Amino acid sequence: MSWFQRYMRSSIGAKQVMAVTGLGMVLFALIHMTGHLQMFGGRDMYNGYAHFLQHLEVKWVARLGLIAIVVIHIFTAISLVMKNRAARPVAYAMYKPVASTPMSRYMAMTGLVILAFIIYHLLHFTIGTVQPQYFHMLDDKGRYDAYSMFVRGFQNVGIFASYAVAVFMLCMHLGHGASSWIQSLGWRHPKYGTDKLGPILGIVLFLGYIAPPTAVLIGMIKLPGA
Amino acid sequence: MSDMNLTVHVWRQKDAKSPGKMVPYKVTGVSEHASFLEMLDILNEQLQAKGEEPVAFDHDCREGICGMCSLMINGRPHGGQKATTTCQLHMRKFKDGEEIFVEPWRAGAFPVLRDLSVDRTSFEKIQQAGGFVSTNVGSAPDANSVPIPKEDADRAMDAAACIGCGACVAACPNGSAMLFVGAKLAHLHSLPQGQAERGHRTQAMVNAMDAAGFGNCSNHYECEAACPKEISRDVISLMNKDYVKASFTHRERSGKGDGGA
Ligand code: SF4
Ligand code: FES
Repeated sequence: MSWFQRYMRSSIGAKQVMAVTGLGMVLFALIHMTGHLQMFGGRDMYNGYAHFLQHLEVKWVARLGLIAIVVIHIFTAISLVMKNRAARPVAYAMYKPVASTPMSRYMAMTGLVILAFIIYHLLHFTIGTVQPQYFHMLDDKGRYDAYSMFVRGFQNVGIFASYAVAVFMLCMHLGHGASSWIQSLGWRHPKYGTDKLGPILGIVLFLGYIAPPTAVLIGMIKLPGA
Repeated sequence: MSDMNLTVHVWRQKDAKSPGKMVPYKVTGVSEHASFLEMLDILNEQLQAKGEEPVAFDHDCREGICGMCSLMINGRPHGGQKATTTCQLHMRKFKDGEEIFVEPWRAGAFPVLRDLSVDRTSFEKIQQAGGFVSTNVGSAPDANSVPIPKEDADRAMDAAACIGCGACVAACPNGSAMLFVGAKLAHLHSLPQGQAERGHRTQAMVNAMDAAGFGNCSNHYECEAACPKEISRDVISLMNKDYVKASFTHRERSGKGDGGA
């Protein structure tokens, strides 16, 4: 086995892979959030942003990179969960955890819900199979009318609710993950209260993601002319 | 307060190969001044008086320094009292008539030998892989010739407090041994004497830990809460940093020209 394979297969290597890929996804989530906050800037601004993303030179490089990160994160997680189950073949009759949190203990569960949601979310807004009737509309400047598609999507209470659940799961997942990576890479230092980073980032992303759809649902953000 | 009568549910398992189960026993006349292990001694006397097999459990010093005692008590390693080993846990912390659950450490790398006694040879193997410094005998340098900052000496001492009991593994939802291994590494790596073999030691001990079948740390920090010696999770952070550095930059021993080792 080469030194690199040995590192990747080691317990510490695996958690550092989880840390680095997780961090990549957190950065994407932050950029994605700021993108969608532009719904508050109105139709022209949001469609301009969507147009810019659609015509980005490196669009497929970014997409393939993200897919690779997600796939590595998931497969490493599966292998870790399996190894950890095997490390305790007989369960305790009584076991009372005191330091871990629901956030840390349900990482696999919240992760799976987020994965399922991402697939649905891509079908809805990227591939266009959830509401195909709104998918190919153009605005008055001849660009894809992403703004109206967004509004029509979240006027639907069911879609809003599934989105809210998924964003809450993301908040839980990052509540542990977004501070855990610092320890995994060995950068945790008593002088910096980095254990709070996860919960803070989780809450920031939750609010940032839930704000535009909520504004649509309560009628603050409307369809053009409505 | 007078003596206590208790119901103790104990894991009974004949040997490593047999299946085991929890068995309830009544134990009577336990002084509140007795330690938890003394309570088990009393239970064993009462079992023997009835002609039953006594319960096997590990113990040695009974003063909190050897790391032999190892019981999961009511779902917490060493009973869950802060900075306390099972042998230092006293019965006054329990109530008369209470039901107490006693189990062995649960980990694939700590197989049960009998009842509450587990085999912790896997810890020995990790230690043998690198938990030492190599020096020539008979050439001890003058005590003060290597200046060591007080903070470093303190950190090394804090890590060296680990008694190798395995409560960290028992507490971890993943059965990971990283607090133990981290403590052994931080002990030597906080001092100048540990620097010479730092990369090699980190890799050797982590590889031995993985080979023994311990689980993977996912930063729950149950280990830190359970450790009777209050080893900090910082030792795991240090190990993580050292391991990635050693993996990518350490020039591993070739077997050639290194004295044939
Ligand atoms: S780190 Fe603490 S809990 Fe783990 S073996 Fe050492 S003393 Fe026991
Ligand atoms: S018996 Fe030695 S530490 Fe408990």
